[in-house]
Amino acid sequence: MRVMGQMTMVMNLDKCIGCHTCSVTCKQAWTNRTGTEYVWFNNVETRPGLGYPRTYQDQERWQGGWTLNRRGKLTLRAGGRWKKLASIFFNPKMPDIHDYYEPWTYEYDMLLSAPAQEHTPVARPKSLLSGENMKISWSANWDDNLGGSTATMQDDPVLQHMSSHVAEEFEQTFMFYLPRICEHCLNPACVASCPSGAMYKRAEDGIVLVDQDQCRGWRMCVTGCPYKKVYFNHKTGKAEKCTLCYPRIEVGMPTVCSETCVGRLRYLGLVLYDADRVGEAAATPDEQDLFAAQRSVLLDPHDPDVVAAARRDGIPDDWIDAAQRSPAWRLIHDYEVALPLHPEYRTLPMVWYIPPLSPVVDVVTSSGNDGEDGRTLFAAISRMRIPLEYLAGLFTAGDTRPVERVLRRLAAMRSYMRDVNLGREPVEATASAVGMTGDEVREMYRLLAIAKYDERYVIPTAHAEIADDLEEMACSLDFEGGPGMGGQGMQGAGPFGSSSGQPTPVAVENFHALASRQTADSPYGPTTPGRVNLLNWDGNGRPDGLFPPGDGTGDGTGGSANGAPRGAS
Amino acid sequence: MDVSTTQIVLWVVVPYACLAIFVVGTLWRYRYDKFGWTTRSSELYEKRLLRLGSPLFHFGLLAVIAGHFVGLAIPKSWTDSAGVSEAAYHFLATWLGTLGAVMLVSGLVILIYRRRTTGPVFLATTRTDKLMYVMLAASILSGTWATVHIQILAGGYGYDYRQTISPWFRSLFLLQPEPGLMLGVPLAFAVHVTLALLLFAVWPFTRLVHAFSAPVTYPLRPYIVYRSRDAATGGGSRTPRRGWEPSTGRREKR
Repeated sequence: MRVMGQMTMVMNLDKCIGCHTCSVTCKQAWTNRTGTEYVWFNNVETRPGLGYPRTYQDQERWQGGWTLNRRGKLTLRAGGRWKKLASIFFNPKMPDIHDYYEPWTYEYDMLLSAPAQEHTPVARPKSLLSGENMKISWSANWDDNLGGSTATMQDDPVLQHMSSHVAEEFEQTFMFYLPRICEHCLNPACVASCPSGAMYKRAEDGIVLVDQDQCRGWRMCVTGCPYKKVYFNHKTGKAEKCTLCYPRIEVGMPTVCSETCVGRLRYLGLVLYDADRVGEAAATPDEQDLFAAQRSVLLDPHDPDVVAAARRDGIPDDWIDAAQRSPAWRLIHDYEVALPLHPEYRTLPMVWYIPPLSPVVDVVTSSGNDGEDGRTLFAAISRMRIPLEYLAGLFTAGDTRPVERVLRRLAAMRSYMRDVNLGREPVEATASAVGMTGDEVREMYRLLAIAKYDERYVIPTAHAEIADDLEEMACSLDFEGGPGMGGQGMQGAGPFGSSSGQPTPVAVENFHALASRQTADSPYGPTTPGRVNLLNWDGNGRPDGLFPPGDGTGDGTGGSANGAPRGAS
Repeated sequence: MDVSTTQIVLWVVVPYACLAIFVVGTLWRYRYDKFGWTTRSSELYEKRLLRLGSPLFHFGLLAVIAGHFVGLAIPKSWTDSAGVSEAAYHFLATWLGTLGAVMLVSGLVILIYRRRTTGPVFLATTRTDKLMYVMLAASILSGTWATVHIQILAGGYGYDYRQTISPWFRSLFLLQPEPGLMLGVPLAFAVHVTLALLLFAVWPFTRLVHAFSAPVTYPLRPYIVYRSRDAATGGGSRTPRRGWEPSTGRREKR
């Protein structure tokens, strides 16, 4: 037994309202740069739907993840080491930008700089790749809320794997939202695919990262990841992916997507797992047994043997304590309501989902029945095959039994707690019907419904007893070659273009990006010199160009070259 | 044989200068610019032409590099003693070389055409890229021209560069340069050699450095890579500067 820690996320899909706040805040924090326009570390998909990039779940086409070869040995679906080297000059299984979408901006400046004319000027969409006018035909959320899905939904790879009667009952449309980040798998296919060895799984917390200095842009990780959560930054020529906000996690803060989640549906916690058993579990012959195999790799942090082994393997006591209090462990193990996304990809994904009961409740309620009555719900769950099969296609490789068990637990909780809330005597039989006690139901209810910040996010801090980590906060311009050292900072980066030279600290990059965004409308087309784009203004200070040049005081031509905000609070 | 100043400049000074820039430049670039060291792939923008052009170009290039190694690095006496006749050598070198050249040139044409006509790819082309393309194409085309014009069309066994260019090339690395060997080398070869030397001089400063990233160690490592946080960061978000700053070396792994 080799005990390792894994930072794990659980998302309660019943509470997702599809507001995309997680996606937007993540993008603002991490991928609002040139080259990552199309990159969504976090995206929210409407299900059924095509996902992002389109049909990424169709592994016959994209060849992501692992598979078993004829001898039953675990192997990369897109081909092993030698095949990767043979196809190094052209990666045949990589999605191109049109499978994501062509990023664009609008010619906003036209609205203000166009001369007086009969017709209202329009801001035409301009491609951020070619600078040409373009017709917008797809984006990261084109089929949001099933919009236009009659034209595309049948291409949903999960639906295609289901039986044919789906089409007939298509009228009873059900839908839910699926927020997705990197799965930080225990058996990451992206890491295995990287020819340069630039991708790695952190030994302490299991976060999968790309070493930007070592990445050489072979793009095999994009193919390897079955969730298509490694992206190619087309400006820097390097792979980028969700980092589970490791700078925040290391200091005990939740990820940006969790922190800003409106529905508070995300849980973060540590789980312990046996690294020696990962390969064996991933090579489980029957796809439908993978879910159970994956669960069996996780170790019970309350087991004295596990605790002793964890101490032996160098896991600090406060981390073991965090694993014992982990909400992720409780949802996966104690209440058994969390399921992994597509265990059949054999990567042992570590972002888990509580499947949504709402599609079932909605149908029950709309048919005039009591959507919170236990027995009605139980009957409906077993009768409504389409949502059940669909959820099973997502979470359990098509085995409907675990999904049904979870939904029944959620239904029992709903029914039991209604009695509690109405002051009636709760029916113990409802709880025992799903193998729980009333107290367990109440505990689960508390965790799912009203858990506070500290209960939802149990994050042990990284053991870095070093003051250096605070340096970036102290003087972020003081890095080598930066403005604080007499260098040029972002404007005058290395001699090989803006993405060369020593990497710029994120804080510095954001500072300059904000400054330049406040004075620029778009990379293309004419801009009014020195004018501030109010949409991008953060409200602080008085940037040059905020007001028209006054008489004598303003220079009237261009504002300062940097346009840095002044007098920020 | 009397060697003129021009000959010394062309066949001693320029080669050593170019090779020195090549070696030192590459080391400097690696130390300074690991983040900019990449293939800068444009596959994301366009796949149809790349699918054909890139493997043609690169596999052709590998064949041509192998051919150059045999022609330049292996002395004629070695192949003679191995029993390879002049006729056999010429036949193999010319036809395999031509095959490689055809792949290389057609790949290059496809890649340049793609780069010029695909909007996003052209926009992503830097000035350095354009310089690199000119130098690379000049080397390749002059070499192809030399092979076709002198080795094939001229009849016979063509020009025996293994008596002149190859020993001169090896003499550079033995640190006893013999520029006299390059007297009377056909113009096509002289041009090709000079262009190639200049290409090596710009090499470290272009995307050509990705050639040194060939992932030859990939088959040797385990699939899943684990790294400790301490080893990964080395402590702090700022790389320690050389000089007086107190060392923030590797910490004890926890």
